[in-house]
Amino acid sequence: MIETELGRCVAAFCAGATGVTGAAKLSGGASQETWTFDIVHPDGNIGAILRRAPPGYGAAPGRAAGLDAEAVLMQLAHDAGLPSPKVMHVLRPEDGLGRGFIMARVEGETIARKILRDEQFASARPNLARQLGRVIAGIHSLPRAKLPQLRSMSATKEIADLEREYRSFDWPRPVFELALRWLRDHDPGPSSEVTLVHGDFRNGNLIIGPDGVRAVLDWELAHFGDPMEDLGWICVNSWRFGEIDKPVGGFGSREDLFAGYEEAGRKADPDRVMFWEVMGTLRWGVMCCGMMQRFRQGPDHSMERAMIGRRSSETEIDLLRLLAPRA
Amino acid sequence: MQDEPTPTELIKAVADFLRNEITPAIKGHNAFKLRVGINALDLVTRQLALAEAGDTAEAARLKQLLGADGSLMELNRALSEKIAAGEVDLQTPGLADHLWQTTMDKLAVDQPNYASYKRELGAK
Repeated sequence: MIETELGRCVAAFCAGATGVTGAAKLSGGASQETWTFDIVHPDGNIGAILRRAPPGYGAAPGRAAGLDAEAVLMQLAHDAGLPSPKVMHVLRPEDGLGRGFIMARVEGETIARKILRDEQFASARPNLARQLGRVIAGIHSLPRAKLPQLRSMSATKEIADLEREYRSFDWPRPVFELALRWLRDHDPGPSSEVTLVHGDFRNGNLIIGPDGVRAVLDWELAHFGDPMEDLGWICVNSWRFGEIDKPVGGFGSREDLFAGYEEAGRKADPDRVMFWEVMGTLRWGVMCCGMMQRFRQGPDHSMERAMIGRRSSETEIDLLRLLAPRA
Repeated sequence: MQDEPTPTELIKAVADFLRNEITPAIKGHNAFKLRVGINALDLVTRQLALAEAGDTAEAARLKQLLGADGSLMELNRALSEKIAAGEVDLQTPGLADHLWQTTMDKLAVDQPNYASYKRELGAK
Protein backbone atom coordinates (compact mmCIF):
# COMPACT_ATOMS: atom_id res chain seq x y z
CA MET A 1 0.00 0.00 0.00
CA ILE A 2 1.01 3.62 -0.45
CA GLU A 3 1.59 4.03 3.31
CA THR A 4 4.64 1.75 3.11
CA GLU A 5 6.36 3.88 0.45
CA LEU A 6 5.25 7.11 2.14
CA GLY A 7 6.59 5.90 5.49
CA ARG A 8 10.00 5.19 3.99
CA CYS A 9 9.92 8.50 2.14
CA VAL A 10 9.06 10.74 5.12
CA ALA A 11 11.76 9.13 7.29
CA ALA A 12 14.30 10.46 4.78
CA PHE A 13 13.31 14.14 5.07
CA CYS A 14 11.50 14.50 8.39
CA ALA A 15 13.84 13.79 11.30
CA GLY A 16 12.19 11.64 13.94
CA ALA A 17 9.27 10.56 11.75
CA THR A 18 8.36 6.94 12.36
CA GLY A 19 5.83 6.40 9.59
CA VAL A 20 2.55 7.66 8.19
CA THR A 21 -1.10 7.03 8.98
CA GLY A 22 -4.53 7.76 7.58
CA ALA A 23 -3.55 7.97 3.90
CA ALA A 24 -6.61 8.67 1.75
CA LYS A 25 -6.99 9.73 -1.85
CA LEU A 26 -8.71 13.12 -2.09
CA SER A 27 -8.97 13.40 -5.84
CA GLY A 28 -7.59 11.69 -8.80
CA GLY A 29 -7.64 12.48 -12.45
CA ALA A 30 -6.17 9.89 -14.76
CA SER A 31 -2.67 11.30 -14.50
CA GLN A 32 -2.61 13.20 -11.19
CA GLU A 33 -3.56 12.25 -7.67
CA THR A 34 -3.84 14.12 -4.41
CA TRP A 35 -3.49 12.20 -1.13
CA THR A 36 -3.87 13.35 2.44
CA PHE A 37 -1.98 11.63 5.27
CA ASP A 38 -0.39 12.25 8.66
CA ILE A 39 3.31 11.93 9.34
CA VAL A 40 3.67 10.08 12.64
CA HIS A 41 6.11 11.97 14.83
CA PRO A 42 6.93 11.75 18.56
CA ASP A 43 6.20 15.49 18.91
CA GLY A 44 2.74 15.05 17.39
CA ASN A 45 1.42 14.06 13.99
CA ILE A 46 2.03 16.40 11.06
CA GLY A 47 -0.67 16.84 8.42
CA ALA A 48 0.65 16.42 4.89
CA ILE A 49 -0.52 16.27 1.28
CA LEU A 50 1.01 14.24 -1.53
CA ARG A 51 0.48 15.52 -5.04
CA ARG A 52 1.79 13.12 -7.63
CA ALA A 53 1.63 11.53 -11.02
CA PRO A 54 1.67 7.82 -10.18
CA PRO A 55 4.54 5.68 -11.44
CA GLY A 56 4.05 4.80 -15.08
CA TYR A 57 2.32 8.02 -16.03
CA GLY A 58 4.34 9.87 -18.60
CA ALA A 59 4.64 13.50 -19.52
CA ALA A 60 2.03 15.94 -18.31
CA PRO A 61 -0.41 17.26 -20.93
CA GLY A 62 0.75 20.14 -23.09
CA ARG A 63 -0.45 23.03 -20.97
CA ALA A 64 0.69 21.68 -17.61
CA ALA A 65 3.66 23.28 -15.87
CA GLY A 66 4.70 19.91 -14.45
CA LEU A 67 4.81 18.87 -10.82
CA ASP A 68 8.45 19.88 -10.34
CA ALA A 69 7.65 23.42 -11.45
CA GLU A 70 4.53 23.45 -9.24
CA ALA A 71 6.67 22.58 -6.23
CA VAL A 72 9.11 25.41 -6.98
CA LEU A 73 6.27 27.91 -7.44
CA MET A 74 4.51 26.94 -4.22
CA GLN A 75 7.75 27.19 -2.28
CA LEU A 76 8.52 30.61 -3.80
CA ALA A 77 5.02 31.80 -2.92
CA HIS A 78 5.47 30.47 0.61
CA ASP A 79 8.84 32.20 0.96
CA ALA A 80 7.32 35.46 -0.28
CA GLY A 81 4.76 35.35 2.53
CA LEU A 82 1.84 34.49 0.25
CA PRO A 83 -0.78 32.00 1.45
CA SER A 84 0.87 28.84 0.19
CA PRO A 85 1.69 25.58 1.96
CA LYS A 86 5.29 24.77 2.76
CA VAL A 87 6.74 22.22 0.34
CA MET A 88 8.29 19.50 2.49
CA HIS A 89 9.80 17.19 -0.11
CA VAL A 90 10.10 16.78 -3.86
CA LEU A 91 9.81 13.10 -4.80
CA ARG A 92 12.93 11.33 -6.01
CA PRO A 93 12.95 8.19 -8.17
CA GLU A 94 14.15 6.11 -5.20
CA ASP A 95 11.00 7.07 -3.26
CA GLY A 96 9.03 4.78 -5.59
CA LEU A 97 6.01 7.11 -5.51
CA GLY A 98 6.16 8.53 -9.02
CA ARG A 99 6.73 12.23 -9.69
CA GLY A 100 5.44 14.98 -7.47
CA PHE A 101 5.90 16.49 -4.04
CA ILE A 102 4.75 16.47 -0.44
CA MET A 103 3.51 19.65 1.22
CA ALA A 104 2.11 20.72 4.56
CA ARG A 105 -1.64 20.26 4.84
CA VAL A 106 -3.56 23.52 5.29
CA GLU A 107 -6.93 23.15 7.03
CA GLY A 108 -9.89 24.97 5.52
CA GLU A 109 -12.57 24.79 2.85
CA THR A 110 -12.27 24.69 -0.95
CA ILE A 111 -15.90 23.95 -1.82
CA ALA A 112 -17.38 27.14 -3.23
CA ARG A 113 -20.97 26.50 -2.20
CA LYS A 114 -19.90 26.25 1.44
CA ILE A 115 -17.59 29.26 1.26
CA LEU A 116 -20.39 31.31 -0.30
CA ARG A 117 -23.17 30.20 2.06
CA ASP A 118 -21.93 28.79 5.37
CA GLU A 119 -22.16 31.00 8.43
CA GLN A 120 -18.56 30.31 9.49
CA PHE A 121 -17.28 32.18 6.41
CA ALA A 122 -19.70 35.12 6.76
CA SER A 123 -17.08 37.43 8.22
CA ALA A 124 -14.42 36.41 5.66
CA ARG A 125 -16.59 36.91 2.56
CA PRO A 126 -16.78 40.74 2.44
CA ASN A 127 -12.98 41.00 2.55
CA LEU A 128 -12.09 38.14 0.22
CA ALA A 129 -12.06 39.99 -3.11
CA ARG A 130 -9.69 42.64 -1.79
CA GLN A 131 -7.54 40.06 -0.07
CA LEU A 132 -7.33 37.95 -3.22
CA GLY A 133 -6.40 41.06 -5.21
CA ARG A 134 -3.39 41.48 -2.93
CA VAL A 135 -2.49 37.78 -3.24
CA ILE A 136 -2.68 37.87 -7.05
CA ALA A 137 -0.46 40.96 -7.04
CA GLY A 138 2.01 39.04 -4.88
CA ILE A 139 2.05 36.16 -7.35
CA HIS A 140 2.65 38.57 -10.23
CA SER A 141 5.57 40.08 -8.30
CA LEU A 142 7.45 36.86 -7.55
CA PRO A 143 11.13 37.29 -8.50
CA ARG A 144 11.49 36.38 -12.14
CA ALA A 145 15.05 35.10 -11.76
CA LYS A 146 13.96 32.34 -9.38
CA LEU A 147 10.98 31.13 -11.41
CA PRO A 148 11.11 27.77 -13.19
CA GLN A 149 10.81 27.38 -16.92
CA LEU A 150 7.18 27.78 -18.02
CA ARG A 151 5.33 28.18 -21.28
CA SER A 152 4.63 31.71 -22.52
CA MET A 153 1.10 32.69 -23.41
CA SER A 154 -0.42 35.74 -25.06
CA ALA A 155 -4.00 36.66 -25.84
CA THR A 156 -3.39 35.98 -29.53
CA LYS A 157 -1.94 32.54 -28.84
CA GLU A 158 -4.71 31.68 -26.40
CA ILE A 159 -7.39 32.58 -28.96
CA ALA A 160 -5.68 30.36 -31.53
CA ASP A 161 -5.40 27.48 -29.03
CA LEU A 162 -9.07 27.73 -28.07
CA GLU A 163 -10.12 27.88 -31.70
CA ARG A 164 -8.03 24.85 -32.62
CA GLU A 165 -9.44 22.84 -29.74
CA TYR A 166 -13.04 23.89 -30.46
CA ARG A 167 -12.67 23.01 -34.17
CA SER A 168 -11.25 19.59 -33.26
CA PHE A 169 -14.62 18.69 -31.68
CA ASP A 170 -16.30 19.15 -35.09
CA TRP A 171 -19.58 20.24 -33.52
CA PRO A 172 -20.94 23.62 -34.63
CA ARG A 173 -21.60 26.18 -31.87
CA PRO A 174 -22.63 29.56 -33.23
CA VAL A 175 -22.24 31.22 -29.81
CA PHE A 176 -18.64 30.03 -29.52
CA GLU A 177 -18.03 31.32 -33.05
CA LEU A 178 -19.39 34.69 -32.00
CA ALA A 179 -17.10 34.72 -28.97
CA LEU A 180 -14.05 33.72 -31.04
CA ARG A 181 -14.83 36.45 -33.51
CA TRP A 182 -15.24 38.99 -30.69
CA LEU A 183 -11.96 37.93 -29.12
CA ARG A 184 -10.09 38.27 -32.41
CA ASP A 185 -11.65 41.70 -32.97
CA HIS A 186 -10.82 42.86 -29.43
CA ASP A 187 -7.40 41.26 -28.97
CA PRO A 188 -5.57 43.92 -26.94
CA GLY A 189 -2.19 42.79 -28.29
CA PRO A 190 0.88 41.91 -26.26
CA SER A 191 0.81 42.98 -22.63
CA SER A 192 3.23 45.81 -21.82
CA GLU A 193 4.31 43.70 -18.87
CA VAL A 194 4.70 39.93 -18.82
CA THR A 195 4.63 38.23 -15.42
CA LEU A 196 4.07 34.87 -13.83
CA VAL A 197 0.36 34.03 -14.22
CA HIS A 198 -1.16 31.44 -11.87
CA GLY A 199 -3.53 30.35 -14.63
CA ASP A 200 -6.27 28.77 -12.50
CA PHE A 201 -6.89 31.23 -9.67
CA ARG A 202 -10.53 30.61 -8.73
CA ASN A 203 -12.95 28.99 -6.29
CA GLY A 204 -11.97 25.37 -5.84
CA ASN A 205 -8.25 26.11 -5.89
CA LEU A 206 -8.31 28.37 -2.84
CA ILE A 207 -8.38 27.15 0.75
CA ILE A 208 -10.54 29.53 2.75
CA GLY A 209 -10.97 29.73 6.52
CA PRO A 210 -13.13 31.95 8.70
CA ASP A 211 -10.13 34.33 8.68
CA GLY A 212 -9.91 34.49 4.88
CA VAL A 213 -7.65 32.92 2.27
CA ARG A 214 -5.15 30.41 3.68
CA ALA A 215 -3.65 28.80 0.60
CA VAL A 216 -3.52 29.03 -3.17
CA LEU A 217 -3.42 25.58 -4.75
CA ASP A 218 -3.08 23.95 -8.13
CA TRP A 219 -0.37 25.78 -10.03
CA GLU A 220 -0.66 23.27 -12.86
CA LEU A 221 -1.56 25.93 -15.43
CA ALA A 222 1.04 28.49 -14.37
CA HIS A 223 2.74 30.30 -17.25
CA PHE A 224 4.21 33.62 -18.28
CA GLY A 225 1.75 36.05 -19.77
CA ASP A 226 -0.58 39.00 -19.30
CA PRO A 227 -1.12 39.46 -15.54
CA MET A 228 -4.69 40.64 -16.23
CA GLU A 229 -5.55 37.05 -17.19
CA ASP A 230 -5.67 35.99 -13.53
CA LEU A 231 -7.98 38.90 -12.65
CA GLY A 232 -10.31 38.03 -15.53
CA TRP A 233 -10.41 34.29 -14.79
CA ILE A 234 -11.63 34.70 -11.22
CA CYS A 235 -14.49 36.88 -12.54
CA VAL A 236 -15.81 34.17 -14.91
CA ASN A 237 -19.44 33.50 -14.02
CA SER A 238 -18.86 29.75 -13.78
CA TRP A 239 -16.94 30.34 -10.51
CA ARG A 240 -19.71 32.43 -8.91
CA PHE A 241 -21.80 29.35 -8.11
CA GLY A 242 -25.12 31.14 -8.38
CA GLU A 243 -24.09 34.45 -6.79
CA ILE A 244 -24.07 36.07 -10.21
CA ASP A 245 -24.17 39.67 -9.00
CA LYS A 246 -20.84 39.29 -7.19
CA PRO A 247 -18.40 38.94 -10.08
CA VAL A 248 -15.36 37.93 -8.05
CA GLY A 249 -15.93 34.29 -7.14
CA GLY A 250 -19.49 34.99 -6.01
CA PHE A 251 -18.28 36.93 -2.98
CA GLY A 252 -16.99 40.32 -4.12
CA SER A 253 -16.82 43.18 -6.58
CA ARG A 254 -14.29 43.90 -9.29
CA GLU A 255 -13.63 47.24 -7.59
CA ASP A 256 -12.54 45.48 -4.39
CA LEU A 257 -10.41 43.02 -6.34
CA PHE A 258 -8.68 45.86 -8.20
CA ALA A 259 -8.29 47.90 -4.99
CA GLY A 260 -6.49 44.99 -3.32
CA TYR A 261 -4.33 44.49 -6.40
CA GLU A 262 -3.37 48.17 -6.39
CA GLU A 263 -2.73 48.25 -2.63
CA ALA A 264 0.05 45.80 -3.35
CA GLY A 265 1.64 48.25 -5.73
CA ARG A 266 0.35 46.98 -9.06
CA LYS A 267 -2.08 48.46 -11.58
CA ALA A 268 -5.26 46.80 -12.85
CA ASP A 269 -6.52 47.41 -16.39
CA PRO A 270 -10.30 46.87 -16.30
CA ASP A 271 -10.67 46.63 -20.10
CA ARG A 272 -8.05 43.93 -20.37
CA VAL A 273 -9.59 42.14 -17.39
CA MET A 274 -12.96 42.15 -19.17
CA PHE A 275 -11.33 40.77 -22.31
CA TRP A 276 -9.85 37.91 -20.27
CA GLU A 277 -13.23 37.29 -18.59
CA VAL A 278 -14.75 36.67 -22.03
CA MET A 279 -11.76 34.49 -22.94
CA GLY A 280 -12.09 32.58 -19.67
CA THR A 281 -15.80 32.00 -20.16
CA LEU A 282 -15.15 30.56 -23.60
CA ARG A 283 -12.20 28.58 -22.27
CA TRP A 284 -14.36 26.88 -19.62
CA GLY A 285 -16.97 26.16 -22.29
CA VAL A 286 -14.35 24.54 -24.52
CA MET A 287 -13.05 22.58 -21.53
CA CYS A 288 -16.58 21.28 -20.87
CA CYS A 289 -16.76 20.08 -24.48
CA GLY A 290 -13.35 18.46 -24.00
CA MET A 291 -14.70 16.53 -20.99
CA MET A 292 -17.42 15.16 -23.24
CA GLN A 293 -14.75 14.01 -25.70
CA ARG A 294 -12.78 12.26 -22.98
CA PHE A 295 -15.97 10.61 -21.77
CA ARG A 296 -16.71 9.30 -25.22
CA GLN A 297 -13.18 8.20 -26.08
CA GLY A 298 -12.20 6.96 -22.62
CA PRO A 299 -10.30 6.28 -20.47
CA ASP A 300 -12.57 8.24 -18.12
CA HIS A 301 -15.99 6.97 -19.14
CA SER A 302 -17.73 8.44 -16.10
CA MET A 303 -21.16 10.04 -15.94
CA GLU A 304 -19.59 13.04 -14.15
CA ARG A 305 -17.52 13.79 -17.23
CA ALA A 306 -20.50 13.17 -19.48
CA MET A 307 -22.61 15.60 -17.48
CA ILE A 308 -19.92 18.30 -17.50
CA GLY A 309 -20.27 18.18 -21.29
CA ARG A 310 -23.83 19.36 -20.77
CA ARG A 311 -22.57 22.41 -18.89
CA SER A 312 -21.03 24.04 -21.96
CA SER A 313 -24.40 25.67 -22.63
CA GLU A 314 -23.97 27.53 -19.32
CA THR A 315 -21.01 29.31 -20.82
CA GLU A 316 -23.02 30.08 -23.94
CA ILE A 317 -25.63 32.01 -21.97
CA ASP A 318 -22.85 33.76 -20.04
CA LEU A 319 -21.11 34.70 -23.30
CA LEU A 320 -24.38 36.11 -24.62
CA ARG A 321 -24.86 38.08 -21.40
CA LEU A 322 -21.38 39.55 -21.92
CA LEU A 323 -21.46 40.13 -25.68
CA ALA A 324 -25.13 40.56 -26.60
CA PRO A 325 -26.93 41.66 -23.42
CA ARG A 326 -30.69 42.01 -23.78
CA ALA A 327 -31.98 45.51 -23.01
CA MET B 1 -45.26 0.58 -32.47
CA GLN B 2 -43.56 0.12 -29.12
CA ASP B 3 -45.69 -0.52 -26.09
CA GLU B 4 -46.26 1.56 -23.01
CA PRO B 5 -44.94 2.78 -20.59
CA THR B 6 -43.07 5.49 -22.49
CA PRO B 7 -39.33 6.09 -22.10
CA THR B 8 -40.14 9.23 -20.12
CA GLU B 9 -42.34 7.31 -17.69
CA LEU B 10 -39.71 4.61 -17.24
CA ILE B 11 -36.85 7.05 -16.62
CA LYS B 12 -38.95 9.09 -14.22
CA ALA B 13 -39.84 5.98 -12.25
CA VAL B 14 -36.16 4.99 -11.98
CA ALA B 15 -35.07 8.53 -11.05
CA ASP B 16 -37.77 8.78 -8.37
CA PHE B 17 -36.74 5.44 -6.91
CA LEU B 18 -33.08 6.49 -6.74
CA ARG B 19 -34.00 9.90 -5.32
CA ASN B 20 -36.45 8.74 -2.68
CA GLU B 21 -35.29 5.25 -1.68
CA ILE B 22 -31.57 5.01 -2.45
CA THR B 23 -30.26 8.52 -1.76
CA PRO B 24 -30.90 8.36 2.01
CA ALA B 25 -28.91 5.11 2.18
CA ILE B 26 -25.75 6.25 0.34
CA LYS B 27 -22.88 8.25 1.81
CA GLY B 28 -19.60 9.82 0.69
CA HIS B 29 -18.35 10.04 -2.86
CA ASN B 30 -20.98 7.60 -4.09
CA ALA B 31 -23.69 9.96 -2.81
CA PHE B 32 -22.22 12.64 -5.06
CA LYS B 33 -22.12 10.24 -8.00
CA LEU B 34 -25.68 9.18 -7.32
CA ARG B 35 -26.80 12.82 -7.42
CA VAL B 36 -25.01 13.29 -10.75
CA GLY B 37 -26.72 10.16 -12.05
CA ILE B 38 -30.17 11.35 -10.99
CA ASN B 39 -29.43 14.72 -12.60
CA ALA B 40 -28.56 12.90 -15.83
CA LEU B 41 -31.86 11.01 -15.80
CA ASP B 42 -33.78 14.24 -15.13
CA LEU B 43 -31.94 15.88 -18.03
CA VAL B 44 -32.94 13.06 -20.37
CA THR B 45 -36.56 13.44 -19.28
CA ARG B 46 -36.45 17.16 -20.04
CA GLN B 47 -34.83 16.55 -23.41
CA LEU B 48 -37.49 13.99 -24.37
CA ALA B 49 -40.16 16.53 -23.47
CA LEU B 50 -38.66 19.68 -24.97
CA ALA B 51 -36.17 18.89 -27.72
CA GLU B 52 -38.57 18.27 -30.58
CA ALA B 53 -40.36 21.63 -30.35
CA GLY B 54 -37.07 23.45 -29.69
CA ASP B 55 -35.33 21.85 -32.66
CA THR B 56 -38.24 22.61 -34.98
CA ALA B 57 -38.29 26.27 -34.01
CA GLU B 58 -34.48 26.49 -34.23
CA ALA B 59 -34.50 25.01 -37.74
CA ALA B 60 -37.18 27.45 -38.86
CA ARG B 61 -35.19 30.43 -37.54
CA LEU B 62 -31.98 29.16 -39.17
CA LYS B 63 -33.68 28.72 -42.54
CA GLN B 64 -35.00 32.26 -42.30
CA LEU B 65 -31.62 33.69 -41.25
CA LEU B 66 -29.61 31.82 -43.87
CA GLY B 67 -32.13 31.67 -46.69
CA ALA B 68 -31.15 28.03 -47.09
CA ASP B 69 -32.45 24.56 -46.32
CA GLY B 70 -30.81 21.56 -44.69
CA SER B 71 -30.61 19.45 -41.56
CA LEU B 72 -30.21 21.16 -38.20
CA MET B 73 -26.55 20.16 -38.17
CA GLU B 74 -25.96 21.52 -41.68
CA LEU B 75 -27.74 24.77 -40.88
CA ASN B 76 -25.72 25.25 -37.68
CA ARG B 77 -22.52 24.56 -39.59
CA ALA B 78 -23.50 27.14 -42.19
CA LEU B 79 -24.30 29.76 -39.55
CA SER B 80 -21.06 29.03 -37.71
CA GLU B 81 -19.05 29.54 -40.90
CA LYS B 82 -20.80 32.81 -41.63
CA ILE B 83 -20.13 34.14 -38.12
CA ALA B 84 -16.48 33.05 -38.30
CA ALA B 85 -16.11 34.80 -41.66
CA GLY B 86 -17.76 37.97 -40.35
CA GLU B 87 -20.56 37.72 -42.93
CA VAL B 88 -23.09 37.62 -40.12
CA ASP B 89 -22.76 39.49 -36.83
CA LEU B 90 -24.81 40.97 -34.00
CA GLN B 91 -25.95 43.78 -36.33
CA THR B 92 -27.56 41.20 -38.61
CA PRO B 93 -31.33 41.33 -38.00
CA GLY B 94 -32.48 38.24 -36.14
CA LEU B 95 -29.08 36.85 -35.17
CA ALA B 96 -29.03 37.94 -31.54
CA ASP B 97 -32.64 36.84 -31.05
CA HIS B 98 -31.88 33.49 -32.63
CA LEU B 99 -28.80 32.83 -30.49
CA TRP B 100 -30.65 33.87 -27.35
CA GLN B 101 -33.68 31.69 -28.07
CA THR B 102 -31.55 28.70 -29.02
CA THR B 103 -29.40 29.05 -25.92
CA MET B 104 -32.42 29.47 -23.63
CA ASP B 105 -33.91 26.29 -25.13
CA LYS B 106 -30.65 24.43 -24.45
CA LEU B 107 -30.49 25.62 -20.85
CA ALA B 108 -34.11 24.57 -20.31
CA VAL B 109 -32.87 21.02 -20.93
CA ASP B 110 -29.30 21.14 -19.61
CA GLN B 111 -29.40 23.31 -16.49
CA PRO B 112 -32.74 24.99 -15.73
CA ASN B 113 -31.43 25.93 -12.28
CA TYR B 114 -28.43 27.85 -13.63
CA ALA B 115 -28.62 31.33 -12.12
CA SER B 116 -27.96 33.21 -15.39
CA TYR B 117 -30.77 31.28 -17.06
CA LYS B 118 -33.24 31.96 -14.26
CA ARG B 119 -32.33 35.63 -14.36
CA GLU B 120 -32.87 35.86 -18.12
CA LEU B 121 -36.07 33.87 -17.91
CA GLY B 122 -37.43 36.32 -15.35
CA ALA B 123 -36.27 39.34 -17.35
CA LYS B 124 -38.13 38.28 -20.47
